Amino acid sequence: MYRIMKKEVLSDVVKLMEIEAPHVARKAQAGQFVIVRIDEFGERIPLTIADFNREAGTITIIFQELGKSTIQLGKLNVGDTISSFAGPLGHPTEVKNYGTVVCMGGGVGVAPIYPIARALKEAGNTVISIIGARNKELLFWEEKMRAVSDELVVCTDDGSHGRKSLVTEPLKELLENRDKKVSHVWAIGPAVMMKFVTLTTKPYDVPTTVSLNTIMIDGTGMCGGCRVLLEDGAQFVCVDGPEFNGHKVNWDSLLSRLSFYKDEEKKAMEHYAHKCRLESAAAKGEK
Amino acid sequence: MTDMTTQQRMKIKRHEMPNQDQVVRRGNYTEVALGYSEETAKAEAERCLQCKDPKCISGCPVGVMIPQFIKALREGDMVKAVEWMKVKNNLPAICGRVCPQEVQCEGNCILGKKGEAVAIGRLERFVGDYELAHRTCPLVKAADTGKKIAVVGSGPAGLTCAVDLAREGHKVTLYESLHGPGGVLVYGIPEFRLPKAVVHGEISYAVDCLCIDLKTDHVIGRSFTLDELLAENDAVFLGTGAGLPSFMRIPGINLNGVMSANEFLTRVNLMKAYQFPDYDTPVRIGKKVAVIGAGNVAMDAVRCSKRLLSLQTGQGEAPGEAHIVYRRSKDEVPARKEEVHHAEEEGVIFNFLTNPVEIIGNEKGAVTGLKCIKMQLGEPDKSGRRQPVPVEGSEFVMEVDTVIMALGTNPNPIVFVDAEGLDRTKHGTAVADTETGRTKKKRVWAGGDVVTGAATVISAMGAGKRAAADMNAFLKGERTWE
Ligand SMILES: Cc1cc2nc3c(=O)[nH]c(=O)nc-3n(C[C@H](O)[C@H](O)[C@H](O)COP(=O)(O)OP(=O)(O)OC[C@H]3O[C@@H](n4cnc5c(N)ncnc54)[C@H](O)[C@@H]3O)c2cc1C
Ligand SMILES: Cc1cc2nc3c(=O)[nH]c(=O)nc-3n(C[C@H](O)[C@H](O)[C@H](O)COP(=O)(O)OP(=O)(O)OC[C@H]3O[C@@H](n4cnc5c(N)ncnc54)[C@H](O)[C@@H]3O)c2cc1C
Ligand code: SF4
Ligand code: SF4
Ligand code: FES
Repeated sequence: MYRIMKKEVLSDVVKLMEIEAPHVARKAQAGQFVIVRIDEFGERIPLTIADFNREAGTITIIFQELGKSTIQLGKLNVGDTISSFAGPLGHPTEVKNYGTVVCMGGGVGVAPIYPIARALKEAGNTVISIIGARNKELLFWEEKMRAVSDELVVCTDDGSHGRKSLVTEPLKELLENRDKKVSHVWAIGPAVMMKFVTLTTKPYDVPTTVSLNTIMIDGTGMCGGCRVLLEDGAQFVCVDGPEFNGHKVNWDSLLSRLSFYKDEEKKAMEHYAHKCRLESAAAKGEK
Repeated sequence: MTDMTTQQRMKIKRHEMPNQDQVVRRGNYTEVALGYSEETAKAEAERCLQCKDPKCISGCPVGVMIPQFIKALREGDMVKAVEWMKVKNNLPAICGRVCPQEVQCEGNCILGKKGEAVAIGRLERFVGDYELAHRTCPLVKAADTGKKIAVVGSGPAGLTCAVDLAREGHKVTLYESLHGPGGVLVYGIPEFRLPKAVVHGEISYAVDCLCIDLKTDHVIGRSFTLDELLAENDAVFLGTGAGLPSFMRIPGINLNGVMSANEFLTRVNLMKAYQFPDYDTPVRIGKKVAVIGAGNVAMDAVRCSKRLLSLQTGQGEAPGEAHIVYRRSKDEVPARKEEVHHAEEEGVIFNFLTNPVEIIGNEKGAVTGLKCIKMQLGEPDKSGRRQPVPVEGSEFVMEVDTVIMALGTNPNPIVFVDAEGLDRTKHGTAVADTETGRTKKKRVWAGGDVVTGAATVISAMGAGKRAAADMNAFLKGERTWE
């Protein structure tokens, strides 16, 4: 059992938790992830290691409430426990001095991009960050990102905060600007966003690393459910990634695989909502 | 009855195993083979001739003392029967259910030469179930030796090794990457063939009695490396199995609806997708499933599919189809005989001499068909086995929604990360001595599927046992490394 040590509400649908898991914290590095299973009935879901504290033996996770598992997780509080927490999994980010780098975070992707931006900054890079969300309410960690970036651009789809645009617009401007000489781009966010970031950088031939969020089960290379089609064949995201050269990813295949269990995810959510209603009705009945 | 003559014994017919009704069971996940009653077990035990030179024993990979346990059983001394069994086999309730007896113990039984072999596996299961229920042979821990051991992987190999070493008084930590112990016994082999209560019963009993420190969610190679374990322990055993799936190199493998048998079975068995949405993990198979391969893994996948098809509709008889697609003929099928027989009874359709060449999908990226080519058996090759060769122009398309690949597995390399000096073959298996389990790396032993590649439960257990014996001798200073 792994205890929740801290909980923060970052936005309506985004929550942060610090989990006590010394076996993960001792080795964790930026770019890696954990597999979380809430209880005996739970599925195994992958979440990025947003931060870690080796001394305290804790891991910070940040998740967006999308469906059954993440909503259920969001209901837990400090002192509650979850049954499984395995990691650190996947390869860490390759941090070195590239020169000028752009770190892009879309939606909940701001969380995993933060430790990467911080590490790249510490390695001597000039870090330009671009973060975006659908609206102001969904945006978080603007100040934290500013602190590790030489320059920060904030966008929202609806213009409720920062610039009204998709994150790809300022990126394109940067790439056009010859003084900046961008040598590497990182992008983490929804698959569609990462797809368009790679399409934007491709004509400029700027290496672009993306962190893929396929559906996973074991997270250790055992099932092949997380496989992604690259130019030169299929690879397993959990052991070969999660970071890949974005220009080689077959995005249409990835997007189609992500949506395979849509109907079942809806069913799981309905079943859960029904159970919650029954439980709260029973609790009221007791009083 | 013990004064029967050989002729009389040979006249007794082998006793059938009572099974769950073949139509009813297509719609549930409960055990198919129901087990002998005490009466039937004793009657079956009477068939054994108590051979002076018992051939059955040499057929068993761990040399279970078969005539001895059978004699005790028929004399009604169950405590003795369990004791004889446990000399060589820690997990009879499991082996009795899943060993390929027809090619091992029973395949060598003298009675099988002319008629039918003694049902050794079924008797073993009876003895194992008796022990599970009564615990007549308690596990006792010897005085603490002060030695520390790390066992990696909690499948049959790791489990057996951990138990044997803990009994000797060593302090054993058992590391498992998944959220629960058992390895293939839990994530691969389905409930209807090996009830999880049996596996968990054996594991929790051993862990509790012997104070084994079980650490789940620990991926060795990630949370800790092998060298880190070595620094903190006197010896390490690797029983990490062969869990890495392979996919056929044909077009279309990344379509939605194509899965490895490992993914499918893990969803269904470990994550209990057959009870979705009470359990969160779903599995989707549509109405027609093709399983490629014909080993135990393929049989489990196809029989799970058959049941899911029924469960989806809530009807006893499934409206859909579950197929086996295999490029050789029925004679070459590697699965246990009983599984093939059960699959046939349950309405699985077998397509022999059929080889997939392409998976076909629609514009949404979902599987719609499996293109295959017919095969025929050609000239025998060097090994004397007739190789299948394609029949030109015989391509055809099977309409299916799901394709499950059960093509064999290789060891997962994660555990070897940064583990210098540990030799591996080109197939990725660890190099280890068959007798002792010693690897090329000092104080590291290995056994089970990680050394042999995908094999059997009993051979993995045997390897765990042999390694434990050598590790114990090494730790006590009776043997040196070189
Ligand atoms: C390596 C890795 C790291 C990840 N890190 C994070 C993280 O730090 N924070 C975070 O919030 N999420 C992260 N994800 C995604 C996260 O695992 C999923 O959001 C989660 O599994 C959804 O579970 P659910 O039951 O709540 O929703 P579901 O009911 O499973 O899904 C609800 C909706 O989300 C979509 N969805 C399902 N799975 C994914 C997925 N893997 N990626 C994107 N969309 C999905 C579905 O199509 C559906 O529309 C990561 C995924 C991977 C592979
Ligand atoms: C579907 C299926 C059906 C089968 N049916 C039969 C049958 O009927 N009869 C039969 O005799 N055999 C059968 N087999 C084969 C048999 O199950 C295996 O040969 C046997 O389980 C091997 O045991 P093992 O202990 O070597 O490995 P496994 O059972 O594979 O156990 C290895 C364990 O190590 C863990 N692990 C792996 N890497 C790490 C790591 N880095 N850190 C920590 N833990 C790790 C794994 O999660 C796993 O729990 C079947 C196999 C499958 C897949
Ligand atoms: S362990 Fe397996 S092979 Fe050996 S006697 Fe028992 S059933 Fe037969
Ligand atoms: S070979 Fe058959 S008959 Fe002879 S001892 Fe073994 S089980 Fe009994
Ligand atoms: S999640 Fe199973 S292989 Fe990657």
